[in-house]
Amino acid sequence: MSFPWANEYKPSHPLMQWMDEKLPLPRLVYNAVGGGYEVPRNLNYMYNFGFLAGLCLMIQIITGVVLAMHYAPNTLVAFDSTEHIMRDVNWGWMLRYGHANGASAFFVVVYAHIFRGFYYGSYKAPREMVWLLGVVIFLLMMATAFMGYVLPWGQMSFWGAQVITGLFSAIPLVGDPLREWLLGGFAPDNAALNRFFSLHFLLPFVILGVVILHIWALHINGSTNPTGVEVKSKSDTVPFHPYYTAKDGWTVGLFMLIYSAFVFFMPNALGHPDNYIPANPMQTPAHIVPEWYFWPFYAILRAFTVDFLIVPAKLMGVLAMFSAILVWFFLPWLDKSPVRSAKYRPLYRKFFWVLVLDVAILAYCGGAPAEEPFVMISQIASLYYFLHFFVIVPIVSSIERPDPLPFSITESVLGHDGQAALGAKA
Amino acid sequence: MIRIFSILVGAFFSLALLLAFGTGAYSFVTEPPAKTVEATFYEHPEKLSLASDGIFGKYDKQQLQRGFQVYKEVCAACHSLKHVAFRDLSALGYSEAEVKAIAASYTINAQDPLTGEFKDRPGMPSDKFPHVTYAGKGVPPDLSLITKARHGGAAYIHSLLTGYSEQPAELIKAFPDAKTPDGLYYNRFFPNLNLSMPAPITSEGQVTYSDGTKATVDQMSKDVSAFLVWTAEPELEKRRQTGLWWMGFLLFTTVLAYMAYRNVWADKKGH
Repeated sequence: MSFPWANEYKPSHPLMQWMDEKLPLPRLVYNAVGGGYEVPRNLNYMYNFGFLAGLCLMIQIITGVVLAMHYAPNTLVAFDSTEHIMRDVNWGWMLRYGHANGASAFFVVVYAHIFRGFYYGSYKAPREMVWLLGVVIFLLMMATAFMGYVLPWGQMSFWGAQVITGLFSAIPLVGDPLREWLLGGFAPDNAALNRFFSLHFLLPFVILGVVILHIWALHINGSTNPTGVEVKSKSDTVPFHPYYTAKDGWTVGLFMLIYSAFVFFMPNALGHPDNYIPANPMQTPAHIVPEWYFWPFYAILRAFTVDFLIVPAKLMGVLAMFSAILVWFFLPWLDKSPVRSAKYRPLYRKFFWVLVLDVAILAYCGGAPAEEPFVMISQIASLYYFLHFFVIVPIVSSIERPDPLPFSITESVLGHDGQAALGAKA
Repeated sequence: MIRIFSILVGAFFSLALLLAFGTGAYSFVTEPPAKTVEATFYEHPEKLSLASDGIFGKYDKQQLQRGFQVYKEVCAACHSLKHVAFRDLSALGYSEAEVKAIAASYTINAQDPLTGEFKDRPGMPSDKFPHVTYAGKGVPPDLSLITKARHGGAAYIHSLLTGYSEQPAELIKAFPDAKTPDGLYYNRFFPNLNLSMPAPITSEGQVTYSDGTKATVDQMSKDVSAFLVWTAEPELEKRRQTGLWWMGFLLFTTVLAYMAYRNVWADKKGH
């Protein structure tokens, strides 16, 4: 948001002045991520994950485009072409491990970003559009990641595609034809692999487009901050550059250190061994599990083991799994508390941490075999998940008595006296 | 309005879950899942330490050569190694002439560039290990990626190779129906306990090592496991070496960036 005290872009070099008159792109950058964008001064490290998510998207696009130069989307050679990348392409192992672990890194960062939003009420007015676009990005990421995992055409690729596209067949009447239309056949085969490759190449650029909208919408009202109190005066903000470029900059280093530790020293730690076995439609793996970032939702899918009223168990699972994410779209209207930050919402804060634990339990159960006691545990954990978003959040937001808010961001940083001193000066 | 609707939707899913949980819990109590023979007698792979372990680990070339010999003389009767080219063997310490000689000892069925016919010819370093025709039932897996394609990796291969035995008497007593079927072989490290591969390494001295290492069953199994780590991850040493340099560089730049951050924020209280 352009606050009245934001710095104005004043190019000094004649070339930049000439450029500014013809195409004010440097001005756009200056006002978006430069000295012209004023940001609350009190953002903590949880606010770094948006920048890191952008970095992950770039890593994925760059490694992915190069991988696509060497990969062949045909069921006869897909697996071997992946091994060709690993063995014969110069630095191919680095590209491929970087891309595979990059997907995991992207989800780690995005989950942190989403839960930051839950905690600090980032979804609340006037930033609903930022949140809605964020959920769209997350859904696109899930689709992209799923299709990317199919491409090496290993056992988990094939059987993952079988299970996930099988979800569509749960839809009454049109389910089976829809699934066949999506796959281009009765089971995942060459047609499916080819279209998954095409879409896996396309979707990241769609994500990039929605990311631009996400950032645009963010800049209309500016970032939230840990107090949830809106910016009131110049002393509440600092220019994005150099303050947040410096802060984001060093956490990029920290992120790269952790990410690189996986790429170079334990590249297969997050993968499943079965995907190093070529796809075999005649042999079902003992346990079909998706990648770890889908585990919470996979646990919800599998928690619905009995038919309910007229709805078959499988359809219940599918409905529940999609609802578990789609409910995020309604969050800005379900949570009516005028206080944004959980820091000042004692009751909501407790439920937030229960949710964090709950999602961790769901993730664990989603990765475990579909046996007892994991099914019963995931049923209870799914129950809490739905209660949290559909029932607890709306009710808590109307009955809770929030703690007193600080007068301003500056007061929260400098304390009462500091604010008084600033007030006296002004 | 939206909140009333939301609570109804929440109740819908919650009731379905409670019903599912109740049904599951009831059958869990009335018919507790029986302990399976696999859950009782399957064992996780025993720990195996190899020279290539750890972030500073390097391949023991002598051991890889021995492992290659075991593969060639024992495993290759049934198992292919299709992702590995003969030229790759120079990483085991073979000279160019030795690689050529190894390649030439294989017969490759390839298209003749002059006539277009498929003909047998001696292998060349650029060829990959040829297809292995297996006459028995089933398809023995290609071994190029086997240590990445199994939980436990090399330790699993080593344990499997040394884990064949008669079925324990307690097993037959506890699970009379679980007798190993004809044509399968009992192995406590195999996830469902019975596999169709008979013990491939059975006696001391089955392979004659030229470097004087005593060819015990355990030694041969260890060597071939080490070799199969290499076939699955030929890039391993380069990857770790690159990683160490890169992490060092990153650490340095991150410290610099952190100092820059402290410097930039020095005039702002509260950070």
